[in-house]
Amino acid sequence: MHALRQNKLLTFALAFVVVQVVLALTAPWLGFQDPFKQIMVQRIKPPNELNWLGTDQLGRDVLARIVWGARTSLFTTSTAVSIALVAGGSIGLLAAYYRGWFDRIVMRSMDVLFAFPILLLAIGVISVLGPNAWSAAIAIAIVYTPIFARLLRGPALVLCEAEYVLGARAVGASDARIILSHILPNLISVILVQTSILLSAAILVEASLSFLGLGAQPPTPSLGLMLSEGRNFLLLSPWPAIFAGIAILLLSFGFNLLGDALRDTLDPRLRNLDTGAQ
Amino acid sequence: MNTRFLIGRLIDLSFVLLGVSILVFLMIRLIPGDAVAIMLGANTEITPDRIAELRDRLGLDDPLVVQYGHWLWRALHGDLGTSIWTGRPVLNEISVAIWPTVELTALSVLVGAGLSIPIGAFMAQARGGAAEVAVRVGAIAGLTIPSFWLGIVSIFLVAKLLPGVSALGYVPFTENPLGNLQRMVLPVIALSLPMLANLSRLVRSAMLDALGQDYVRTARAKGASRRRVVYRHALRNALIPFVTSVGVSVGYLLGGAIVVEQVFAIPGLGRLVLGAISERNYPLVQATILVITATFVLVNFAVDLLYAAIDPRVTN
Repeated sequence: MHALRQNKLLTFALAFVVVQVVLALTAPWLGFQDPFKQIMVQRIKPPNELNWLGTDQLGRDVLARIVWGARTSLFTTSTAVSIALVAGGSIGLLAAYYRGWFDRIVMRSMDVLFAFPILLLAIGVISVLGPNAWSAAIAIAIVYTPIFARLLRGPALVLCEAEYVLGARAVGASDARIILSHILPNLISVILVQTSILLSAAILVEASLSFLGLGAQPPTPSLGLMLSEGRNFLLLSPWPAIFAGIAILLLSFGFNLLGDALRDTLDPRLRNLDTGAQ
Repeated sequence: MNTRFLIGRLIDLSFVLLGVSILVFLMIRLIPGDAVAIMLGANTEITPDRIAELRDRLGLDDPLVVQYGHWLWRALHGDLGTSIWTGRPVLNEISVAIWPTVELTALSVLVGAGLSIPIGAFMAQARGGAAEVAVRVGAIAGLTIPSFWLGIVSIFLVAKLLPGVSALGYVPFTENPLGNLQRMVLPVIALSLPMLANLSRLVRSAMLDALGQDYVRTARAKGASRRRVVYRHALRNALIPFVTSVGVSVGYLLGGAIVVEQVFAIPGLGRLVLGAISERNYPLVQATILVITATFVLVNFAVDLLYAAIDPRVTN
């Protein structure tokens, strides 16, 4: 009974995320209005038949800009999280595998990156690289690298002591082979869960950065930018700001729910930890 | 708390602070291209004289290690550099801007952590399908609502519904205590909500965990009331992981404060650092990042010690 409910949740979360991702990816071919086209006579319109979510301060269609903004957001955050996963994951795995001074030096360096408040470190990186969507992606990647390193080092340490790993070593398997075909496959569930949850958080960080003017620059459609621009004419028309915020919320919520549901399904031990004994 | 534990933590602390200082120091040196020309380029004409003067002022012509040594030495003596535009010590500007940020963060910790205990304890007693789902969805929603959006929506609502109330800006508490607190209400709600969601969920699961322990059953068997068991026995033990989480949340809040200050036009460190970035005033950016991060590191150090004091097991 319980498993069934978990599977329902997972199916729902997965469908929720897939719909959003597909919508964002295929936006150019779905017949939305041109997100860049400015029609000055139709500025700051509330939702209507022509523009389902209204128009912004330059007369652009809010719905189209939101879907394209979600696209920008997903491109930036998935690039960033992939880089962080590969970099941080390798660091965590190698540190757990080789231990000793390598582990100590590398993980201490990760501690230093970890010491910065997340958004502040991202802002620092962007202040060096200059504000644009790529800098935001690199900044988020740098911020999440130590998180992945820590998240994977712990379970990897346990796996390194597992009998079959010791066995593989005893029969002379190479380090690369042990790490890639014995340790890594057992970390897949941790990786899936954490990637999903960190994507959810990264979407908020990306939105914050572009809200602050440190991410994608105009006229790129960006959810964070829509919010900061919408704030300037909030009393005239709150719609662009409100819808952009809801879009950020839905994107982030979807990935967080997916991570939560994945954790329940893939690792039943964690379920009891998280929600108490059932 | 034993001395070995304390010394170990102090070594960790100095290592992290050293690493942080190196990274922050390297910031200006990592700017691609000629950092000085970039800094000057924002609002003045670039002449070779000006470049040479600023290079000299920033000590950019020495070897890197020497530069770092000088920089660290001065930083330890309270000299974090001078603003490129005003020529005044950046510490002056930071010492003014730090108070709104400290107030915003401290109030948000109080609200977020304070409310999460009764909410979490209450949620731990609500069991069963519907309650579980509500708790879960509520917690995730709290975590994923963008604080700046919540801020903007609340500004809009206040402007529409309570036209006389000023929700924006900042007045020092010493000048106008009521006006100060009134303007803090919305920013604190916006900033503390994700922390509240996170900590409530943590308190709830820690409570459920504690309620399943033997000592709780023993206490009940001895005749303690249900209320007493929940609040005296289970809650106290549930608070141990809670303390660490509060420490970690401070980092989130310090980062989130940057955005919330921008939304509510609060002249704190966030606005300071963003303004400094847009005018490429790197010494000010550098110093602000250093001050905020050092504060965060020290808060977590204090939390670690507190943790060890509450739970003697961790020192062994």
